[in-house]
Amino acid sequence: MSSFAKPLKIALGLIVIAGLIIVPMNFNRYGLFILSQWAVMTIAAMGLNLTLGYAGQVSLAQGAFVGIGAYAAAIMTTHGWPLPAAILVAIVLSFAVGWVLGYPALRVQHHYLAFVTLAFSTLAFLVFRNESWLTGGIYGISNIPRPHIFSFATNKPLPFYYVCLGSLAIVSLAVWWLIRSPWGRAFMALRENPLRAQSLGIDTRRYTLMAFAIGSALGGVAGALYAPLTQYIDPVPFNLSLSLDLLMMVIVGGAGFYFGPFLGAMIAVLLPEWLRFTEGYYLMLYAVAVMLLLIWSPTGILGILDRYLAERRTKAASALRAVAKSRLETVQ
Amino acid sequence: MSAVLEVTDIKKNFGGISAVDGVSFDVREGEILGLIGPNGCGKSTLFNCILGQLTPSGGEVRLDGKLVTGLRPSELNKLGVSRTFQLLQVFPKLSVRENLILAGQEHQGNMASRLVGRSDAGLTETANQMIGFFKLDHLADEPAGGLSYGQQKLLDAAMAFMGGPRLVLLDEPAGGVNPSMLADLKDRLVAINREKNATFVVIEHNMEFVMSLCSRVMMMAEGKVLAMGRPDEVRKNPAVIEAYLGH
Repeated sequence: MSSFAKPLKIALGLIVIAGLIIVPMNFNRYGLFILSQWAVMTIAAMGLNLTLGYAGQVSLAQGAFVGIGAYAAAIMTTHGWPLPAAILVAIVLSFAVGWVLGYPALRVQHHYLAFVTLAFSTLAFLVFRNESWLTGGIYGISNIPRPHIFSFATNKPLPFYYVCLGSLAIVSLAVWWLIRSPWGRAFMALRENPLRAQSLGIDTRRYTLMAFAIGSALGGVAGALYAPLTQYIDPVPFNLSLSLDLLMMVIVGGAGFYFGPFLGAMIAVLLPEWLRFTEGYYLMLYAVAVMLLLIWSPTGILGILDRYLAERRTKAASALRAVAKSRLETVQ
Repeated sequence: MSAVLEVTDIKKNFGGISAVDGVSFDVREGEILGLIGPNGCGKSTLFNCILGQLTPSGGEVRLDGKLVTGLRPSELNKLGVSRTFQLLQVFPKLSVRENLILAGQEHQGNMASRLVGRSDAGLTETANQMIGFFKLDHLADEPAGGLSYGQQKLLDAAMAFMGGPRLVLLDEPAGGVNPSMLADLKDRLVAINREKNATFVVIEHNMEFVMSLCSRVMMMAEGKVLAMGRPDEVRKNPAVIEAYLGH
Protein backbone atom coordinates (compact mmCIF):
# COMPACT_ATOMS: atom_id res chain seq x y z
CA MET A 1 0.00 0.00 0.00
CA SER A 2 2.77 2.40 0.98
CA SER A 3 4.57 1.73 -2.34
CA PHE A 4 1.60 3.37 -4.09
CA ALA A 5 1.29 6.23 -1.65
CA LYS A 6 4.29 8.25 -2.87
CA PRO A 7 3.51 8.09 -6.63
CA LEU A 8 -0.11 8.85 -5.79
CA LYS A 9 0.90 11.93 -3.83
CA ILE A 10 3.23 13.08 -6.65
CA ALA A 11 0.47 12.54 -9.26
CA LEU A 12 -2.03 14.46 -7.12
CA GLY A 13 0.48 17.29 -6.63
CA LEU A 14 1.15 17.51 -10.38
CA ILE A 15 -2.60 17.59 -11.14
CA VAL A 16 -3.13 20.43 -8.65
CA ILE A 17 -0.15 22.41 -10.03
CA ALA A 18 -1.33 21.86 -13.63
CA GLY A 19 -4.84 22.91 -12.58
CA LEU A 20 -3.51 26.10 -10.96
CA ILE A 21 -1.64 26.94 -14.18
CA ILE A 22 -4.21 25.96 -16.81
CA VAL A 23 -7.70 26.47 -15.32
CA PRO A 24 -7.29 30.22 -14.51
CA MET A 25 -6.60 30.91 -18.21
CA ASN A 26 -10.39 30.95 -18.60
CA PHE A 27 -11.05 33.11 -15.54
CA ASN A 28 -12.28 36.67 -15.75
CA ARG A 29 -10.48 39.65 -14.17
CA TYR A 30 -12.20 39.25 -10.80
CA GLY A 31 -11.60 35.50 -10.63
CA LEU A 32 -7.89 36.03 -11.31
CA PHE A 33 -7.74 38.75 -8.64
CA ILE A 34 -9.27 36.41 -6.04
CA LEU A 35 -6.94 33.56 -6.98
CA SER A 36 -3.90 35.90 -6.86
CA GLN A 37 -5.07 37.07 -3.44
CA TRP A 38 -5.27 33.43 -2.34
CA ALA A 39 -1.64 32.89 -3.42
CA VAL A 40 -0.49 36.04 -1.61
CA MET A 41 -2.42 35.26 1.59
CA THR A 42 -1.13 31.67 1.53
CA ILE A 43 2.43 33.04 1.64
CA ALA A 44 1.56 35.24 4.64
CA ALA A 45 -0.23 32.35 6.37
CA MET A 46 2.76 30.05 5.74
CA GLY A 47 4.89 32.57 7.63
CA LEU A 48 2.46 32.59 10.54
CA ASN A 49 2.23 28.80 10.42
CA LEU A 50 5.99 28.68 10.88
CA THR A 51 5.89 31.02 13.88
CA LEU A 52 2.72 29.67 15.49
CA GLY A 53 2.10 26.22 14.06
CA TYR A 54 5.64 24.86 14.10
CA ALA A 55 7.43 26.95 16.75
CA GLY A 56 4.38 27.54 18.98
CA GLN A 57 4.84 31.32 19.30
CA VAL A 58 1.52 33.18 19.23
CA SER A 59 1.51 36.23 16.98
CA LEU A 60 -1.23 38.72 16.21
CA ALA A 61 1.12 40.87 14.15
CA GLN A 62 1.36 39.01 10.84
CA GLY A 63 -0.97 41.54 9.18
CA ALA A 64 1.43 44.32 10.22
CA PHE A 65 4.29 42.54 8.45
CA VAL A 66 2.18 42.22 5.31
CA GLY A 67 1.71 45.98 5.67
CA ILE A 68 5.45 46.60 6.10
CA GLY A 69 6.15 44.56 2.96
CA ALA A 70 3.36 46.28 1.03
CA TYR A 71 4.52 49.79 1.92
CA ALA A 72 8.18 48.91 1.21
CA ALA A 73 7.18 47.63 -2.24
CA ALA A 74 4.78 50.49 -2.94
CA ILE A 75 7.28 53.20 -1.98
CA MET A 76 10.16 51.61 -3.88
CA THR A 77 8.36 50.63 -7.08
CA THR A 78 6.63 54.02 -7.39
CA HIS A 79 10.13 55.52 -7.21
CA GLY A 80 11.35 53.37 -10.09
CA TRP A 81 12.89 50.44 -8.26
CA PRO A 82 12.22 46.96 -9.67
CA LEU A 83 9.88 44.66 -7.72
CA PRO A 84 12.55 42.00 -6.97
CA ALA A 85 14.64 44.68 -5.21
CA ALA A 86 11.53 45.78 -3.31
CA ILE A 87 10.81 42.17 -2.28
CA LEU A 88 14.38 41.87 -1.02
CA VAL A 89 14.04 45.05 1.04
CA ALA A 90 10.64 43.85 2.34
CA ILE A 91 12.26 40.55 3.42
CA VAL A 92 15.18 42.25 5.19
CA LEU A 93 12.96 44.87 6.87
CA SER A 94 10.32 42.38 8.05
CA PHE A 95 13.01 39.92 9.17
CA ALA A 96 14.74 42.61 11.25
CA VAL A 97 11.52 43.93 12.81
CA GLY A 98 10.30 40.34 13.38
CA TRP A 99 13.58 39.51 15.11
CA VAL A 100 13.13 42.45 17.49
CA LEU A 101 9.47 41.50 18.08
CA GLY A 102 10.69 38.03 19.02
CA TYR A 103 12.47 39.34 22.12
CA PRO A 104 9.29 39.63 24.23
CA ALA A 105 8.63 35.96 23.38
CA LEU A 106 11.76 35.10 25.36
CA ARG A 107 10.00 36.38 28.47
CA VAL A 108 6.26 35.98 27.89
CA GLN A 109 4.21 33.25 26.24
CA HIS A 110 0.68 32.37 25.11
CA HIS A 111 -1.99 35.07 25.60
CA TYR A 112 0.52 37.50 27.14
CA LEU A 113 2.61 37.21 23.97
CA ALA A 114 -0.55 37.64 21.90
CA PHE A 115 -1.14 40.99 23.60
CA VAL A 116 2.45 42.13 23.00
CA THR A 117 2.13 41.35 19.28
CA LEU A 118 -1.34 42.92 19.21
CA ALA A 119 0.20 46.14 20.56
CA PHE A 120 2.82 45.99 17.81
CA SER A 121 0.08 45.50 15.23
CA THR A 122 -1.66 48.66 16.48
CA LEU A 123 1.64 50.56 16.48
CA ALA A 124 2.37 49.55 12.87
CA PHE A 125 -1.14 50.62 11.80
CA LEU A 126 -0.62 54.04 13.43
CA VAL A 127 2.68 54.46 11.60
CA PHE A 128 1.03 53.56 8.27
CA ARG A 129 -1.77 56.04 8.95
CA ASN A 130 0.04 58.94 10.60
CA GLU A 131 3.46 59.08 8.91
CA SER A 132 1.97 60.50 5.72
CA TRP A 133 5.33 61.90 4.51
CA LEU A 134 6.35 58.27 3.95
CA THR A 135 3.15 56.28 3.54
CA GLY A 136 0.71 58.79 2.10
CA GLY A 137 -1.36 58.55 5.32
CA ILE A 138 -5.07 57.88 4.86
CA TYR A 139 -4.79 58.67 1.13
CA GLY A 140 -2.36 55.81 0.68
CA ILE A 141 -0.16 55.16 -2.33
CA SER A 142 -1.68 54.67 -5.78
CA ASN A 143 -0.49 53.74 -9.27
CA ILE A 144 1.74 50.98 -7.94
CA PRO A 145 3.29 49.41 -11.02
CA ARG A 146 3.40 45.71 -11.78
CA PRO A 147 6.79 44.35 -12.75
CA HIS A 148 8.41 43.34 -16.01
CA ILE A 149 9.80 39.83 -15.70
CA PHE A 150 12.57 39.30 -18.28
CA SER A 151 11.07 42.24 -20.24
CA PHE A 152 7.70 40.55 -20.16
CA ALA A 153 5.01 42.91 -18.83
CA THR A 154 2.76 41.54 -16.08
CA ASN A 155 0.26 44.41 -16.09
CA LYS A 156 -2.63 42.19 -17.06
CA PRO A 157 -4.30 39.99 -14.43
CA LEU A 158 -3.22 36.60 -15.84
CA PRO A 159 0.54 37.29 -16.07
CA PHE A 160 0.50 38.85 -12.61
CA TYR A 161 -1.38 35.82 -11.27
CA TYR A 162 1.53 33.73 -12.56
CA VAL A 163 3.95 36.04 -10.71
CA CYS A 164 2.01 35.39 -7.49
CA LEU A 165 1.79 31.64 -8.19
CA GLY A 166 5.52 31.45 -9.01
CA SER A 167 6.34 33.31 -5.79
CA LEU A 168 4.10 30.92 -3.85
CA ALA A 169 5.94 27.98 -5.44
CA ILE A 170 9.35 29.38 -4.44
CA VAL A 171 8.20 30.14 -0.87
CA SER A 172 6.57 26.70 -0.59
CA LEU A 173 9.80 24.95 -1.59
CA ALA A 174 11.83 27.09 0.84
CA VAL A 175 9.43 26.36 3.72
CA TRP A 176 9.37 22.64 2.82
CA TRP A 177 13.16 22.61 3.01
CA LEU A 178 13.14 24.52 6.28
CA ILE A 179 10.68 22.31 8.13
CA ARG A 180 12.43 19.14 7.00
CA SER A 181 15.82 20.50 8.14
CA PRO A 182 17.12 20.27 11.72
CA TRP A 183 15.73 23.80 12.14
CA GLY A 184 12.20 22.50 11.58
CA ARG A 185 12.77 19.79 14.17
CA ALA A 186 14.14 22.40 16.60
CA PHE A 187 11.07 24.62 16.02
CA MET A 188 8.81 21.69 16.78
CA ALA A 189 10.81 20.88 19.94
CA LEU A 190 10.44 24.51 20.98
CA ARG A 191 6.67 24.20 20.64
CA GLU A 192 6.30 20.78 22.26
CA ASN A 193 8.72 20.98 25.17
CA PRO A 194 11.13 23.94 25.47
CA LEU A 195 12.62 22.60 28.71
CA ARG A 196 13.65 19.31 27.11
CA ALA A 197 14.77 21.15 23.96
CA GLN A 198 17.20 23.24 26.03
CA SER A 199 18.59 20.17 27.74
CA LEU A 200 19.35 18.71 24.29
CA GLY A 201 21.49 21.71 23.39
CA ILE A 202 18.82 23.55 21.38
CA ASP A 203 19.36 27.27 21.79
CA THR A 204 15.69 28.07 22.32
CA ARG A 205 16.36 31.85 22.43
CA ARG A 206 17.94 31.88 18.99
CA TYR A 207 15.35 29.56 17.46
CA THR A 208 12.48 31.60 18.96
CA LEU A 209 13.89 34.76 17.39
CA MET A 210 14.45 32.94 14.10
CA ALA A 211 10.88 31.61 14.09
CA PHE A 212 9.55 35.15 14.51
CA ALA A 213 11.95 36.66 12.00
CA ILE A 214 11.42 34.11 9.23
CA GLY A 215 7.64 34.05 9.71
CA SER A 216 7.60 37.86 9.60
CA ALA A 217 9.82 37.91 6.49
CA LEU A 218 7.25 35.73 4.69
CA GLY A 219 4.59 38.23 5.75
CA GLY A 220 6.79 40.90 4.14
CA VAL A 221 7.01 38.88 0.89
CA ALA A 222 3.23 38.58 0.83
CA GLY A 223 2.89 42.33 1.34
CA ALA A 224 5.39 43.09 -1.42
CA LEU A 225 3.14 41.09 -3.80
CA TYR A 226 -0.09 42.50 -2.38
CA ALA A 227 0.87 46.09 -3.30
CA PRO A 228 1.29 45.49 -7.06
CA LEU A 229 -1.72 43.14 -7.00
CA THR A 230 -4.13 45.85 -5.78
CA GLN A 231 -2.00 48.68 -7.28
CA TYR A 232 -3.26 50.90 -4.48
CA ILE A 233 -2.68 50.59 -0.73
CA ASP A 234 -3.86 52.48 2.31
CA PRO A 235 -3.56 51.57 6.02
CA VAL A 236 -7.03 49.95 6.41
CA PRO A 237 -6.27 46.47 4.96
CA PHE A 238 -3.33 46.09 7.36
CA ASN A 239 -5.17 46.64 10.62
CA LEU A 240 -5.70 43.98 13.28
CA SER A 241 -8.45 42.23 11.30
CA LEU A 242 -5.89 41.05 8.70
CA SER A 243 -3.79 39.51 11.47
CA LEU A 244 -6.91 37.79 12.82
CA ASP A 245 -7.84 36.59 9.31
CA LEU A 246 -4.36 35.12 8.87
CA LEU A 247 -4.58 33.49 12.28
CA MET A 248 -7.90 31.97 11.27
CA MET A 249 -6.39 30.67 8.01
CA VAL A 250 -3.66 28.88 9.97
CA ILE A 251 -6.03 27.46 12.58
CA VAL A 252 -8.74 26.42 10.12
CA GLY A 253 -6.26 24.80 7.71
CA GLY A 254 -4.43 23.07 10.56
CA ALA A 255 -1.63 24.74 12.55
CA GLY A 256 1.65 22.88 12.25
CA PHE A 257 0.62 21.12 9.02
CA TYR A 258 2.52 22.01 5.87
CA PHE A 259 -0.58 22.26 3.67
CA GLY A 260 -2.66 23.97 6.40
CA PRO A 261 -2.12 27.54 5.11
CA PHE A 262 -3.06 26.54 1.53
CA LEU A 263 -6.40 25.17 2.70
CA GLY A 264 -6.94 27.87 5.34
CA ALA A 265 -6.35 30.65 2.80
CA MET A 266 -8.68 28.87 0.39
CA ILE A 267 -11.44 28.84 3.02
CA ALA A 268 -10.85 32.47 4.05
CA VAL A 269 -10.43 33.95 0.55
CA LEU A 270 -12.47 31.71 -1.71
CA LEU A 271 -15.33 30.42 0.46
CA PRO A 272 -16.95 33.86 0.95
CA GLU A 273 -16.86 34.27 -2.85
CA TRP A 274 -18.44 30.85 -3.44
CA LEU A 275 -21.17 31.73 -0.95
CA ARG A 276 -22.03 35.01 -2.69
CA PHE A 277 -25.03 33.34 -4.38
CA THR A 278 -26.71 33.57 -0.95
CA GLU A 279 -26.43 37.36 -1.33
CA GLY A 280 -26.86 39.14 2.03
CA TYR A 281 -26.33 35.93 4.02
CA TYR A 282 -22.95 34.94 2.63
CA LEU A 283 -20.77 36.29 5.46
CA MET A 284 -23.11 34.83 8.09
CA LEU A 285 -22.99 31.42 6.41
CA TYR A 286 -19.22 31.70 6.15
CA ALA A 287 -18.94 32.45 9.91
CA VAL A 288 -21.23 29.53 10.78
CA ALA A 289 -19.25 27.17 8.51
CA VAL A 290 -15.97 28.15 10.19
CA MET A 291 -17.47 27.75 13.69
CA LEU A 292 -18.90 24.31 12.87
CA LEU A 293 -15.61 23.20 11.38
CA LEU A 294 -13.64 24.23 14.46
CA ILE A 295 -16.15 22.61 16.82
CA TRP A 296 -15.88 19.38 14.83
CA SER A 297 -12.11 19.54 14.46
CA PRO A 298 -10.23 22.02 16.67
CA THR A 299 -7.01 21.01 14.93
CA GLY A 300 -8.31 22.26 11.57
CA ILE A 301 -9.07 20.53 8.30
CA LEU A 302 -5.79 18.64 8.16
CA GLY A 303 -6.31 17.61 11.78
CA ILE A 304 -9.23 15.47 10.55
CA LEU A 305 -6.95 13.69 8.09
CA ASP A 306 -4.26 13.32 10.75
CA ARG A 307 -6.74 11.75 13.18
CA TYR A 308 -7.98 9.35 10.50
CA LEU A 309 -4.42 8.26 9.63
CA ALA A 310 -3.50 7.87 13.32
CA GLU A 311 -6.58 5.67 13.90
CA ARG A 312 -5.66 3.59 10.87
CA ARG A 313 -2.09 3.16 12.15
CA THR A 314 -3.39 2.13 15.58
CA LYS A 315 -5.77 -0.44 14.05
CA ALA A 316 -2.99 -1.86 11.87
CA ALA A 317 -0.64 -2.11 14.88
CA SER A 318 -3.38 -3.79 16.97
CA ALA A 319 -4.02 -6.30 14.19
CA LEU A 320 -0.31 -7.10 13.96
CA ARG A 321 -0.10 -7.55 17.74
CA ALA A 322 -3.15 -9.86 17.66
CA VAL A 323 -1.58 -11.98 14.88
CA ALA A 324 1.72 -12.19 16.78
CA LYS A 325 -0.11 -13.18 19.98
CA SER A 326 -2.13 -15.93 18.27
CA ARG A 327 1.05 -17.30 16.62
CA LEU A 328 2.79 -17.32 19.99
CA GLU A 329 -0.13 -19.18 21.55
CA THR A 330 -0.12 -21.71 18.67
CA VAL A 331 3.61 -22.36 19.16
CA GLN A 332 3.14 -22.78 22.93
CA MET B 1 40.91 10.27 38.69
CA SER B 2 40.19 13.95 38.11
CA ALA B 3 36.84 15.50 39.01
CA VAL B 4 34.52 16.06 36.05
CA LEU B 5 32.00 17.94 38.17
CA GLU B 6 32.71 20.00 41.28
CA VAL B 7 29.79 21.46 43.18
CA THR B 8 30.73 23.88 45.97
CA ASP B 9 28.36 25.23 48.61
CA ILE B 10 25.31 25.37 46.29
CA LYS B 11 22.28 27.05 47.84
CA LYS B 12 18.81 27.57 46.46
CA ASN B 13 16.12 29.49 48.32
CA PHE B 14 12.48 29.84 47.31
CA GLY B 15 11.24 32.77 49.38
CA GLY B 16 11.94 31.77 52.95
CA ILE B 17 12.37 28.09 52.14
CA SER B 18 15.86 26.72 51.65
CA ALA B 19 15.50 23.87 49.14
CA VAL B 20 19.24 23.29 48.79
CA ASP B 21 21.43 24.43 51.65
CA GLY B 22 25.17 24.52 51.02
CA VAL B 23 25.66 21.25 49.14
CA SER B 24 29.22 20.37 48.06
CA PHE B 25 30.44 17.26 46.27
CA ASP B 26 32.44 16.18 43.28
CA VAL B 27 32.04 13.49 40.64
CA ARG B 28 35.15 11.78 39.32
CA GLU B 29 35.70 10.77 35.73
CA GLY B 30 34.03 7.45 34.87
CA GLU B 31 32.17 7.32 38.18
CA ILE B 32 28.48 6.55 38.74
CA LEU B 33 27.31 8.60 41.70
CA GLY B 34 23.91 7.83 43.20
CA LEU B 35 21.86 10.59 44.78
CA ILE B 36 19.21 9.40 47.21
CA GLY B 37 16.91 10.99 49.73
CA PRO B 38 13.25 11.38 50.63
CA ASN B 39 10.86 13.30 48.39
CA GLY B 40 11.29 17.05 48.72
CA CYS B 41 14.86 16.85 50.06
CA GLY B 42 16.17 18.98 47.16
CA LYS B 43 17.64 16.37 44.78
CA SER B 44 15.90 17.61 41.64
CA THR B 45 16.41 21.26 42.66
CA LEU B 46 20.11 20.51 42.99
CA PHE B 47 20.09 18.97 39.48
CA ASN B 48 18.32 22.03 38.12
CA CYS B 49 20.88 24.36 39.76
CA ILE B 50 23.78 22.35 38.33
CA LEU B 51 22.21 22.27 34.87
CA GLY B 52 21.28 25.95 34.62
CA GLN B 53 17.52 25.41 34.73
CA LEU B 54 17.50 27.30 38.06
CA THR B 55 19.90 30.04 39.11
CA PRO B 56 21.50 29.07 42.43
CA SER B 57 21.18 31.54 45.31
CA GLY B 58 24.83 30.86 46.12
CA GLY B 59 27.79 28.59 45.45
CA GLU B 60 29.48 27.49 42.24
CA VAL B 61 29.57 24.65 39.76
CA ARG B 62 32.72 23.66 37.86
CA LEU B 63 32.97 21.35 34.89
CA ASP B 64 36.48 20.04 34.28
CA GLY B 65 37.70 22.87 36.51
CA LYS B 66 35.92 25.55 34.45
CA LEU B 67 33.32 27.70 36.20
CA VAL B 68 29.91 27.03 34.59
CA THR B 69 27.53 28.46 37.23
CA GLY B 70 24.65 30.30 35.54
CA LEU B 71 25.29 28.95 32.03
CA ARG B 72 22.10 28.11 30.11
CA PRO B 73 21.12 24.42 29.79
CA SER B 74 21.80 24.47 26.04
CA GLU B 75 25.29 25.88 26.64
CA LEU B 76 26.02 23.20 29.25
CA ASN B 77 24.78 20.53 26.87
CA LYS B 78 27.25 21.79 24.25
CA LEU B 79 30.00 21.38 26.88
CA GLY B 80 29.07 17.71 27.23
CA VAL B 81 26.50 17.68 30.05
CA SER B 82 23.28 15.82 29.38
CA ARG B 83 20.26 14.91 31.46
CA THR B 84 16.94 13.14 31.73
CA PHE B 85 13.96 14.37 33.71
CA GLN B 86 11.88 12.80 36.46
CA LEU B 87 8.83 12.81 34.18
CA LEU B 88 9.00 11.49 30.63
CA GLN B 89 10.24 14.08 28.15
CA VAL B 90 10.19 12.46 24.72
CA PHE B 91 8.59 14.14 21.71
CA PRO B 92 5.48 12.02 21.17
CA LYS B 93 4.73 12.95 17.55
CA LEU B 94 8.25 12.23 16.31
CA SER B 95 9.36 8.68 15.61
CA VAL B 96 11.91 7.00 17.86
CA ARG B 97 14.63 7.66 15.26
CA GLU B 98 13.64 11.31 14.83
CA ASN B 99 13.69 11.81 18.61
CA LEU B 100 17.27 10.56 18.65
CA ILE B 101 18.30 12.68 15.66
CA LEU B 102 16.78 15.72 17.38
CA ALA B 103 18.71 14.86 20.53
CA GLY B 104 22.03 14.90 18.66
CA GLN B 105 21.56 17.46 15.90
CA GLU B 106 22.75 20.54 17.78
CA HIS B 107 26.15 18.89 18.19
CA GLN B 108 26.59 18.73 14.42
CA GLY B 109 28.06 21.76 12.62
CA ASN B 110 26.63 25.23 13.18
CA MET B 111 23.21 26.81 12.66
CA ALA B 112 23.90 27.66 9.01
CA SER B 113 25.12 24.17 8.14
CA ARG B 114 22.11 22.66 9.91
CA LEU B 115 19.85 24.75 7.67
CA VAL B 116 21.47 23.97 4.33
CA GLY B 117 22.84 20.51 5.12
CA ARG B 118 21.22 17.10 5.34
CA SER B 119 17.82 16.89 6.96
CA ASP B 120 19.07 14.18 9.35
CA ALA B 121 22.19 16.22 10.21
CA GLY B 122 24.13 13.06 9.25
CA LEU B 123 22.86 11.27 12.34
CA THR B 124 20.74 8.41 10.97
CA GLU B 125 23.58 5.91 11.38
CA THR B 126 24.34 7.03 14.95
CA ALA B 127 20.63 7.00 15.80
CA ASN B 128 20.29 3.47 14.40
CA GLN B 129 23.24 2.32 16.50
CA MET B 130 21.65 3.85 19.61
CA ILE B 131 18.32 2.20 18.74
CA GLY B 132 20.09 -1.15 18.50
CA PHE B 133 22.03 -0.53 21.70
CA PHE B 134 18.83 0.19 23.65
CA LYS B 135 17.01 -2.71 21.94
CA LEU B 136 14.38 -0.51 20.32
CA ASP B 137 14.98 -1.78 16.74
CA HIS B 138 11.40 -2.90 16.11
CA LEU B 139 10.10 0.51 17.18
CA ALA B 140 12.48 2.75 15.22
CA ASP B 141 9.80 4.24 12.95
CA GLU B 142 6.97 4.28 15.51
CA PRO B 143 5.84 7.61 16.98
CA ALA B 144 7.37 7.87 20.45
CA GLY B 145 3.94 8.64 21.91
CA GLY B 146 2.75 5.12 20.99
CA LEU B 147 5.47 3.35 23.01
CA SER B 148 4.88 1.81 26.42
CA TYR B 149 6.04 3.77 29.48
CA GLY B 150 9.13 1.60 29.93
CA GLN B 151 10.06 1.86 26.25
CA GLN B 152 9.71 5.64 26.43
CA LYS B 153 12.00 5.64 29.48
CA LEU B 154 14.60 3.72 27.47
CA LEU B 155 14.22 6.21 24.60
CA ASP B 156 14.49 9.12 27.05
CA ALA B 157 17.76 7.68 28.37
CA ALA B 158 19.03 6.97 24.85
CA MET B 159 18.38 10.60 23.86
CA ALA B 160 20.67 11.76 26.64
CA PHE B 161 23.58 9.94 24.99
CA MET B 162 23.14 11.15 21.41
CA GLY B 163 25.42 14.18 21.86
CA GLY B 164 28.26 11.98 23.18
CA PRO B 165 28.17 13.53 26.65
CA ARG B 166 30.96 13.34 29.26
CA LEU B 167 28.57 13.74 32.16
CA VAL B 168 24.96 12.51 32.32
CA LEU B 169 22.52 13.37 35.10
CA LEU B 170 19.64 10.91 35.26
CA ASP B 171 16.59 11.87 37.32
CA GLU B 172 14.77 8.73 38.47
CA PRO B 173 15.48 6.60 35.37
CA ALA B 174 13.94 3.51 37.00
CA GLY B 175 10.68 5.17 38.04
CA GLY B 176 7.69 3.20 36.73
CA VAL B 177 9.83 0.78 34.69
CA ASN B 178 9.00 -2.93 34.93
CA PRO B 179 11.71 -5.30 36.31
CA SER B 180 12.81 -6.85 33.00
CA MET B 181 13.12 -3.47 31.32
CA LEU B 182 14.89 -2.13 34.40
CA ALA B 183 17.54 -4.82 34.04
CA ASP B 184 17.94 -3.79 30.38
CA LEU B 185 18.30 -0.15 31.37
CA LYS B 186 20.91 -0.97 34.01
CA ASP B 187 22.88 -3.12 31.56
CA ARG B 188 22.89 -0.30 29.02
CA LEU B 189 24.04 2.29 31.54
CA VAL B 190 26.83 0.07 32.81
CA ALA B 191 27.91 -0.71 29.23
CA ILE B 192 28.04 2.98 28.28
CA ASN B 193 29.91 3.75 31.49
CA ARG B 194 32.53 1.10 30.72
CA GLU B 195 32.82 1.49 26.95
CA LYS B 196 32.72 5.27 26.74
CA ASN B 197 33.96 6.14 30.20
CA ALA B 198 30.86 8.31 30.63
CA THR B 199 30.29 9.77 34.08
CA PHE B 200 26.86 9.58 35.73
CA VAL B 201 24.93 11.13 38.55
CA VAL B 202 21.71 9.19 39.18
CA ILE B 203 18.78 10.28 41.34
CA GLU B 204 16.80 7.18 42.26
CA HIS B 205 14.45 5.80 44.91
CA ASN B 206 14.90 2.18 43.85
CA MET B 207 17.59 1.18 46.38
CA GLU B 208 18.43 -2.11 44.71
CA PHE B 209 19.01 -0.29 41.41
CA VAL B 210 21.15 2.41 43.03
CA MET B 211 23.21 0.11 45.22
CA SER B 212 24.02 -2.27 42.36
CA LEU B 213 24.74 0.47 39.79
CA CYS B 214 26.62 3.17 41.67
CA SER B 215 30.20 3.31 42.87
CA ARG B 216 29.38 6.02 45.44
CA VAL B 217 26.13 7.18 46.96
CA MET B 218 25.23 10.59 48.37
CA MET B 219 22.22 10.93 50.66
CA MET B 220 20.39 14.26 50.99
CA ALA B 221 17.85 15.34 53.61
CA GLU B 222 16.27 18.77 54.06
CA GLY B 223 18.51 20.34 51.43
CA LYS B 224 21.79 19.11 52.99
CA VAL B 225 24.18 16.22 52.43
CA LEU B 226 23.62 13.70 55.19
CA ALA B 227 25.99 10.98 54.07
CA MET B 228 28.42 10.14 51.28
CA GLY B 229 30.37 6.97 50.61
CA ARG B 230 30.38 3.51 49.10
CA PRO B 231 26.90 1.97 48.74
CA ASP B 232 27.46 -0.53 51.56
CA GLU B 233 28.72 2.24 53.88
CA VAL B 234 25.74 4.47 53.16
CA ARG B 235 23.29 1.60 53.57
CA LYS B 236 24.64 0.94 57.07
CA ASN B 237 24.86 4.60 58.11
CA PRO B 238 22.51 5.05 61.11
CA ALA B 239 21.56 8.58 60.02
CA VAL B 240 20.54 7.29 56.57
CA ILE B 241 18.55 4.45 58.08
CA GLU B 242 16.83 6.89 60.40
CA ALA B 243 16.03 9.54 57.80
CA TYR B 244 15.32 7.47 54.70
CA LEU B 245 15.79 3.72 54.55
CA GLY B 246 13.95 2.81 57.75
CA HIS B 247 14.68 -0.17 59.96
